[in-house]
Amino acid sequence: MFSFETIIDNLPVLIASARYTLLISGLGCLLGLIFGAVVCMGAVSRSRAARRAAAIYVSFFRGVPLLIQLLLAFYLLPLVGVNVPALVAAILTVGLCAAAYISEILRGALNAIPRGQAEAAIAVGLPPRDIWTRILLPQALKISMPSLVNELILLVKASSLVTVVGIVEITRMSQSIASATYRPLEIYLAAAFLYLAINLVIAGVGRTLERRFAP
Amino acid sequence: MIDLSLFQQYGPALLRGLGMTIFCWLVGTVFAMALGFVLALVQRSVTAWPVQWLLRGYVEFIRGTPFLVQLFVLYYGGPMLGLRLDALPAGLLGLTIYGSPYFAEIFRAGLNAVPVGQIEAARAMGFPPGAIMRRVMIPVMLVSALPALVNFSIILTKETVILSMITVPEIMFETQTMMAETFAFAEATLVLALFFWVFVEAISRIGRRLERRATHYLLDRS
Repeated sequence: MFSFETIIDNLPVLIASARYTLLISGLGCLLGLIFGAVVCMGAVSRSRAARRAAAIYVSFFRGVPLLIQLLLAFYLLPLVGVNVPALVAAILTVGLCAAAYISEILRGALNAIPRGQAEAAIAVGLPPRDIWTRILLPQALKISMPSLVNELILLVKASSLVTVVGIVEITRMSQSIASATYRPLEIYLAAAFLYLAINLVIAGVGRTLERRFAP
Repeated sequence: MIDLSLFQQYGPALLRGLGMTIFCWLVGTVFAMALGFVLALVQRSVTAWPVQWLLRGYVEFIRGTPFLVQLFVLYYGGPMLGLRLDALPAGLLGLTIYGSPYFAEIFRAGLNAVPVGQIEAARAMGFPPGAIMRRVMIPVMLVSALPALVNFSIILTKETVILSMITVPEIMFETQTMMAETFAFAEATLVLALFFWVFVEAISRIGRRLERRATHYLLDRS
């Protein structure tokens, strides 16, 4: 029989574990934005080497499944002498992976900014760093807001994969509750609805932001 | 650092894993596309609100939850509902369900982009409904939907590794076995990275070729 009691009894623990899901996807998205902006600058740079490097970066992080990237970070970093806690490794990996997607989103948004703006900025003698931080990136961010919110939702779902490196977020927590209570159906469904709730909230906030940022 | 003799021992298992990954991807993608197409058709033709609401809920639920959790519900929760599946069938069913709403959205957009005039013309010429679908709507839809279809098929290649979490013996599972038994992380990484790079590259090439074929008539006349 479907047991709602199991769900109700374990819901507080499950919700508490959601903070790791939020931490990993939130910080991952933030890191992704920062690295993504850098990769994007490389991708549209005049230097051929920088464009090359950005292209390789994007093709690697988009071509190799995140699950494999996580295991790589978890097993290979210690081999080369980098010892970081699993949580840090997970956030970094999610961030690096997100950066590849976000750089492409930003590149698309850059195309939508009239060329004249960058040219005018060069003409009035703004240094390149200011052109990026004051003219191009703020507008690119605004234009790509819907895609970025979408990316954050993807990251919330992707964060379920960090169970493989042993971080107790929603999925891992539901695994251990399921094996303790022998109620996998109820617990995994509860986990699924928890993710759904988080994503619906993010989507709602995203729509509000979009309306506010809309020109 | 790279120990090639490992591949003598684990080569057959890794190859089986590769085959299994490709098999899962192919079957999963084809079934997901089929289910997605049916969903898109139902959404177009049945306007009764309970059906529309049900579809909406299905799409939101599948798109709002992680594939891993869906697999767990299916594989570990399924038996409580009398749905007792082995890892492989559960994985394939999971891929089908997971992919279907994304494909449904792609097909919906594609079908909506078919000019109404062409459908009306076909009807005026006396085409039966099945032929209108087969000879007019699907070919025209494919032109606009193909890039998105290829794109999502590529995303699905990467989702197949998640099947290793419910012990489907695909490439990730076999490589992890090798890693656990030999601690050969570098070699395992090499295999995985190379395989996925080649796999994804191959699919996007096939996709580009298909696109060129579907849009051939556009290029000829411009």
